[in-house]
Amino acid sequence: MELINLNQSIAKNAHFIEEIGIESGQPVQKCYQCGKCTAGCPVAFAMDYTPNQVIRMVQLGMKEDLLKSKTIWICASCSTCSTRCPCNVEIAHVMETLRIMAGRSGTAPAGKAKYVEVMYNALLSTVEKYGRTYEVGLVLQNNLKSGKLFNGAEMGLPMFQKGKLKLSPSKVKGAAEVARIFSEVRKMEGGV
Amino acid sequence: MRYAYYPGCSYHGTGKEYESSTHAVAKKLGMELVEIPDWSCCGATAAHGKSHLLNISLPARNLAIAEDMGIMDVTTGCAACYQQLAHANKRMTENKETREKVNKITGKEYKGTLKVKSLVEAIGTIDPELLKAQVVKPLSDLKVAAYYGCLLVRPPEITGFDDPENPMFMDNMMKLAGAQALDWAHKTECCGASLGVSNLDVAVRMINRILKAAVESGADCVVVACPFCHLNLDWHQKSVNKQLGTTYEMPVFYFTELLGLAMGISPDELGLKTHFTDTQKVLSLVG
Repeated sequence: MELINLNQSIAKNAHFIEEIGIESGQPVQKCYQCGKCTAGCPVAFAMDYTPNQVIRMVQLGMKEDLLKSKTIWICASCSTCSTRCPCNVEIAHVMETLRIMAGRSGTAPAGKAKYVEVMYNALLSTVEKYGRTYEVGLVLQNNLKSGKLFNGAEMGLPMFQKGKLKLSPSKVKGAAEVARIFSEVRKMEGGV
Repeated sequence: MRYAYYPGCSYHGTGKEYESSTHAVAKKLGMELVEIPDWSCCGATAAHGKSHLLNISLPARNLAIAEDMGIMDVTTGCAACYQQLAHANKRMTENKETREKVNKITGKEYKGTLKVKSLVEAIGTIDPELLKAQVVKPLSDLKVAAYYGCLLVRPPEITGFDDPENPMFMDNMMKLAGAQALDWAHKTECCGASLGVSNLDVAVRMINRILKAAVESGADCVVVACPFCHLNLDWHQKSVNKQLGTTYEMPVFYFTELLGLAMGISPDELGLKTHFTDTQKVLSLVG
């Protein structure tokens, strides 16, 4: 990380700090860097910034670094951090909020972070279409968009043999109602 | 006991043993599971990373339909679906503004009168004597590591029925079924969930830790209550062995499968033959 001028960063991104606090509903300013979140995080090994660093970066208004970080996507939302935080900051929810903001700002995730976003989109597109998750469609779309064409390919045959692979989607009668949920949210928020 | 039942999208696919064993056990216990008509996906595990409103609205459609059924309690086996339904329920009952906004999105009126319970809570709060009375083939000598993962017990503001660090509901049920529930370290460590799809190299390291702890505890098998945990620990055990050079052969069961065995339900009816890691070792142990 480069040297940063804290006064400038905080002044420049005051709005962002406030926005995170309001949108996540979390008292991020209370964090005193005890590091308990990071100590218990099962996926910290794959992150570019650890959970406690993310909260500190929020306090310091480091918007750009945060929105393009891998951490906010690789977080598994297991809430170990949220459960243990002595300041009652739901860190996992802050991560989610940052992820949503990154999507809204058009910040394109890269590498492992991109794979997470691709999976989200693949899953949600099957839900928007059929009303339920369609596992085969999800994997196919996931592989096409991530460029990992044979990801999970070895799963196909054994899954099929065990009767765990349904080759056609089950569409709910109210699929149009589910599609409406997506379009209404888009109207209210823009994006999704 | 009557429940509005939410099967979740894996019910006829990757989690089908959970579905069949749930119904078999519920029948023995006199639990009536009434499927929520035309239920739709709850949004797990993707909507939370895209939009707060979408994340509440997708489960809300199901809550609204369930409320019209005139049953007070909703239950679901999948830990991720449970988390989604319980989270939406809390946000919508606590905040009128959120409720009105979400009802507008779904086009359905949810008043906020339901209680959402995980299947672990629903079965785990049944009178122990009643459950014990159904046990005809106690799982004597079987050593189990009860694995809860994350979404079933965390965050406690949403879940709240069991201890988030040392949950005991499944342990207690296994004891009633005659098994020995082990004290072990990784009860609530995350298995990586959908990272198993998006970033398998990350997930295998998480799965490895759990399997390693289970082996070290001396467990004959791991017991789970979530189709995602099952997929990662059972199917991806092979990926862990391949990528990390380990040699795990740890059977992974849904808690309903082991309860069903103890209740004398046949392995076929429970779906015990469709696991990826061989279950024979455990089946022969419990006769």
